[in-house]
Amino acid sequence: MKEGLIINRQKKTAAKIVAGARSSQKITTPALLANLFDDLMILKGDRVGGEDPAIIGGIALFNNQPVTVIATNKGTTLEERMACHFGCPEPAGYRKALRLMKEAEKFKRPIITLVNTAGAYPGAHAEATGQGMAIANNLYEISTLKTPMISVIFGEGGSGGALALACGDQVWMTTESMYSILSPEGFASILWKDSQRADEAAAIMQLTPQSLQDAGVIEGIIQEEPDEHLFCQNITTVLTEQLNQLQQLPVETLLATRQARFRQF
Amino acid sequence: MQLFNAVRNIGKAHLKYNQEARQKVPDGLWVACPKCQQSIYHKDLGYYRTCPVCQYGFRTRAKVRLDWLVDSFEPAGDLAQTPNPLHFPKYPQKLRKAQQITGLEDSILTGVATIKQQKFALGIMDPYFIMGSMGSATGEKITRLFELATEKGLPVILIAASGGARMQEGIFSLMQMAKTSAAVKQHAEQGLLYISLLTDPTTGGVTASFATEADIILAEPKAVIGFAGRRVIEQTMHEQIAPDLQDAETVLKNGFIDQIIARQDQKKVLHQLLKLHERGAHY
Repeated sequence: MKEGLIINRQKKTAAKIVAGARSSQKITTPALLANLFDDLMILKGDRVGGEDPAIIGGIALFNNQPVTVIATNKGTTLEERMACHFGCPEPAGYRKALRLMKEAEKFKRPIITLVNTAGAYPGAHAEATGQGMAIANNLYEISTLKTPMISVIFGEGGSGGALALACGDQVWMTTESMYSILSPEGFASILWKDSQRADEAAAIMQLTPQSLQDAGVIEGIIQEEPDEHLFCQNITTVLTEQLNQLQQLPVETLLATRQARFRQF
Repeated sequence: MQLFNAVRNIGKAHLKYNQEARQKVPDGLWVACPKCQQSIYHKDLGYYRTCPVCQYGFRTRAKVRLDWLVDSFEPAGDLAQTPNPLHFPKYPQKLRKAQQITGLEDSILTGVATIKQQKFALGIMDPYFIMGSMGSATGEKITRLFELATEKGLPVILIAASGGARMQEGIFSLMQMAKTSAAVKQHAEQGLLYISLLTDPTTGGVTASFATEADIILAEPKAVIGFAGRRVIEQTMHEQIAPDLQDAETVLKNGFIDQIIARQDQKKVLHQLLKLHERGAHY
């Protein structure tokens, strides 16, 4: 009886967090960028034939320091949303992200990524242009990228599509966000042949910020606030503190720690 | 001729509809090619288990591939334990069953092998182990294989066959993508060769990590190679996609693999590539 109650509570909490992560009230990427950075210069294109609006990249000032910013974008108008595939990047997006990260390495700028994506876009064009390989290449190259990289998951962190932008030195999540191998619906559909059991799946998947922090998948949790400005202030505080620490590390230590971070699993 | 066709069709219908009768045929004398749907007399698949009609390579256990590919093989001594981090119901039983079927600890067989005195680290994924999915133990074995090869200065050959990440291990399976990728990169930084051979199926998190990070990427004829599953793509796009979108032949045309190599030629080609890289980065 007692155990049943606990499971029920977990189920409720996890399902609530999934709903919160997907909420239409969630801060938009442009608002987040405007609040966190100054003088954002957006840089486009993957340099091999594509530009994906599902990922916004560029250089900006963070606390008066130049940083490279990479953020997934769900779009605000219907037209934008369609063009961004509702925030699901195509290979060109991942290639653009990597290109900008390499630039950051060259100019010794730290990288901040902001992630809210249901996952890499599962479309025919994405397949034909090498979705799997684009993600793989990011994981491979970022493992030795000689500059600090911090990620914040502020909504959905969907599988490899999120991991490809969140495989650096630290990953933080906001209170109303999730990070998982697949959507709870997909998980329930594959393992139980019943997508209606999504809430149950959410409870078992350990996709909440708290369970991911307990498992060592993420570094910590950032409190969301109803007020966007306050919320962004919380993000700024964490990023400032952590970037300061990371930037003091010698490159060898930075990379050894980054590799050990994933080696533990 | 017409009569002949009629007789053949009766045979097909019989095989298709009378499942009970089919099961009574000893050892499945007739098999249907999953790719071209032709019924094939099992002996016609031959030693390399290849469809004589469309050249599709039938899914094959890791241990059978060893006979095709290498002259000697020393299995890695590591015992990677498969955890059940999500406490997923009945997962331990599922694992035990897969272990019995394949004789493997998890979905990959690893070790050190030779072809004509050329020594290399070898990993072969087994599609009969929960669809070759990548659990934590799979990721651990792959990582250790690359670490061993880096330490000993050996090339790596990896035969991929996987449905992707293992759902039952959730986020911990996802982490294997980053872990294995970092191990491949460390190996590459020593100037060592990595060849991957993609077989049917190579999809999801395996395509999106170590399988496509090789210097040379080979594939088997008609193997499905892709990231998203076909049904997921069709649901997203609300339309049917080209039946060959994820076939090795299309992926080759799109520029993501080096060559398609039939099974009977694989040993020869791998040996040739190993020989061409003999001097490695150390000359």
